[in-house]
Amino acid sequence: MDKIASPRLLQIDNVTKTFPGVKALLSVNLEVRRGSVHALLGENGAGKSTLVKIVGGGYLPDPGGSMTFDGAPYAPSSPYDAIIAGVRVVHQELNLLPYLSVAENIFLDSLPRRGPFVDYRKLYSETGLLLSRVGLDLNPASPVELLSVAQMQLVEIAKAISTSCKLLILDEPTASLSSRDAERLFGIVRALRDQGLTTIYISHHLKEIYEIADCLSILRNGEMVTTRPVSGTSIPQIVSAMVGRQLDSEYPVGKTPASRETIMEVRNLRFDGNKYPVSFSLKKGEILGIAGLIGSKRTETVRAIFGADRKKSGEVFIGGKKVDIRSPADAVEAGLSLLTEDRKGQGLVLDMTLANNVTLAAPDKVSRAGVIDMKAERLSARRLSAELDIKTPSVDQLVRNLSGGNQQKVVLAKWLFKDANILIFDEPTRGIDVGAKYEIYLLLWTLLEKGKGILIVSSDLNELMGICHRILVFSDGKITADLERGDFDQERILSYAYQNYID
Amino acid sequence: MQGKNIQSRKWLHLLLNEAGIGLIFVVLCGLFAAFVPNFASLNNISNIFTQISINTVISTGMTFVILLGGIDLSVGSVLSLCTILAGMTITNKALPFPFALVGAVGASILCGMICGFFNGFVAEKWKVHSFVVTLGMLNIARGAALQISGSRTIFSFPAAFNAFGTMAVGGVPVIFVMAVTGVSLGHFVLKKTVFGRMIYAIGNNEEAVRLCGHNTRKYKISAFVLCGACVGVAAVMYMLRLNIASPILGAGFELSAIAAVVIGGTSMSGGKGSLVGTLIGAAIIGVLNNGLLLIGMKDFARQMVTGLIIVAAVVLDTYRVRLSRLFS
Ligand SMILES: Nc1ncnc2c1ncn2[C@@H]1O[C@H](COP(=O)(O)OP(=O)(O)OP(=O)(O)O)[C@@H](O)[C@H]1O
Ligand SMILES: [Mg+2]
Repeated sequence: MDKIASPRLLQIDNVTKTFPGVKALLSVNLEVRRGSVHALLGENGAGKSTLVKIVGGGYLPDPGGSMTFDGAPYAPSSPYDAIIAGVRVVHQELNLLPYLSVAENIFLDSLPRRGPFVDYRKLYSETGLLLSRVGLDLNPASPVELLSVAQMQLVEIAKAISTSCKLLILDEPTASLSSRDAERLFGIVRALRDQGLTTIYISHHLKEIYEIADCLSILRNGEMVTTRPVSGTSIPQIVSAMVGRQLDSEYPVGKTPASRETIMEVRNLRFDGNKYPVSFSLKKGEILGIAGLIGSKRTETVRAIFGADRKKSGEVFIGGKKVDIRSPADAVEAGLSLLTEDRKGQGLVLDMTLANNVTLAAPDKVSRAGVIDMKAERLSARRLSAELDIKTPSVDQLVRNLSGGNQQKVVLAKWLFKDANILIFDEPTRGIDVGAKYEIYLLLWTLLEKGKGILIVSSDLNELMGICHRILVFSDGKITADLERGDFDQERILSYAYQNYID
Repeated sequence: MQGKNIQSRKWLHLLLNEAGIGLIFVVLCGLFAAFVPNFASLNNISNIFTQISINTVISTGMTFVILLGGIDLSVGSVLSLCTILAGMTITNKALPFPFALVGAVGASILCGMICGFFNGFVAEKWKVHSFVVTLGMLNIARGAALQISGSRTIFSFPAAFNAFGTMAVGGVPVIFVMAVTGVSLGHFVLKKTVFGRMIYAIGNNEEAVRLCGHNTRKYKISAFVLCGACVGVAAVMYMLRLNIASPILGAGFELSAIAAVVIGGTSMSGGKGSLVGTLIGAAIIGVLNNGLLLIGMKDFARQMVTGLIIVAAVVLDTYRVRLSRLFS
């Protein structure tokens, strides 16, 4: 009955954090009640990740503030301190070791042993149990390197719940999950709450908050704006507290129809690990969505088209002409671009500046005779930063130091700068806040007006239904439906997505 | 007074931040100058310039390779092979001097580039780490040099050639001028050109660069070819300085070059570093060798002390960030 005596598990008082040129947190106060699920919301760059990194021992706050945890003063100076105290964090950026197996990653700090040896049988069976809890159907021995981003995310969650703790912090766990996997995660979080666990939950999917959270706190520009119970708070209220203005709708209206002209056609594409040939076409001025469950080979398909992975057979026609794409270089030459789902591993050069990253795909546009015009480069980067509302002290900031959502915007900026004719986006708005998403959708529409074709893979079905002209549904590598806008329907799309797994 | 203080603080900050290893270099020079007579004499400084020139040029090429996360162990024996080819050309009595000179320089650089291409091509084509490929090349080039020269040293170069090597402009030895020119060119390429940008980017995240539609293989092979070209130039400088070409010279050059690059702050895993650092790294090694010799330290002891100081310099460098925070 001690718990009742102190309903607060975590209390943050007056915590400030400054980085060179950036005030990430300004005297932030927060109380997290024992046994609650506490949502932490805010725009990209508001300071959410910084705050939870401080709680998790990843950053030291500036002097002046204080924290108490579980009734005692709390000042972790390393993640290890935090884990000992009972705090577990699943960070926004994935931190798995790519060459180790799923099982080894999960039990890295507590490998079961028999004498001096690792007890692999026990390791794999315990991992198997954990994986089934988070809904992953994976061989525990397979290397993490081979997993998709969503699968890695679930492995991270499995890792976090593998040992007991008092406070679980999830920083945008559902950014790359489909709704089915997100639902399962909510189930886990609720079950853990019923066992008395406290959770801090960060997300840009505001609807999720109503499913699991009891309380919510909103950060804006590093300041805590409000903390209140979820019930009785509406989404528009949340949004206006987050961004400081009203947002009428999630998706822009006023769509122009796609033209009849086909800009890209894929015929009988086959690649390793897919039993079904893929054929479809993309029209000029069209946004074509690809929906499907995790592992339905959407990413693999677009990678094969782009030449990022080898394809077995199949043809790609661009503007009516057959093109032979064997490498990303060939694809770019043919007018394609691909935004990959894994921004850290495949999209960004983290230790280069924002400006350098923006021009990475088209350095020739800001150079003459191979010599880069740094001034022109900065100007272009500034223009795109403004267009995408990237929050940074300057375009000379290292991308590593940007917030997750702002990093994602840099990847987008890179491909907007390249200005290819056919843009393939794999999870383009992963980690981007509601307000910025709207701006990005508007930007996509202006691209369409320029006669481009856009192919979007997304796990966010609402997003696809909101912005696409047409949606292809993938089920285990097979296209089970090709739906026009008028036929969009969540239930229907989901049933097509499951179709090929049931047969 | 106040303004001056701020100024000097700013400089100190810059020195620590941008060229932490530069501070170590300055301290080292100061110590030698204070305690070793003759160290700071014009004559000796000119000597040091000459002594570090060759290593500087090789290290310049090495920097490109290491920035890509690779390594080139073959530079020493390739340099030897280059001198043999150049030496045979320049001593060829059938060629008039200007042609012989151009031919020799051309042969040396071309030879270096071909070896570099081999290194880069094999490493890229079959995804073998350059450590292994260049280890092979180390032996191939050495064998070729011995074979072609019949294990003989070549000397008696034309007098004009030898004379050029001893020239100095305004007291600065001509081969040091060549070295500084080389480093400056390299610095320009790394910092200002698309090629240099790609080297850094690939060193940091090759997959991201590949998925941008760049031919990463082309850049990686080019870096090895460039390193080879630097070795070719260094070979000519060697001949200018010592007036011989020999199939057994150059042993251990790769280690000095790698040391210069690493002391200069370039990360062995690629993506981070600069040629300014490399130049200072080469200078530290040169000053150490020279200063310790002047003290009268014997060969073995010198080698040990040099090794120790190299390790110490790199360790100290890791404290640089903390120090620089202290002063900001
Ligand atoms: N290591 C760092 N160095 C410099 N600035 C940083 C660093 N980490 C974060 N910042 C800055 O602090 C601010 C807050 O970043 P934070 O990552 O906490 O945002 P966030 O709320 O998690 O955003 P997102 O929704 O995009 O993940 C940003 O402006 C970011 O640029
Ligand atoms: Mg974040």
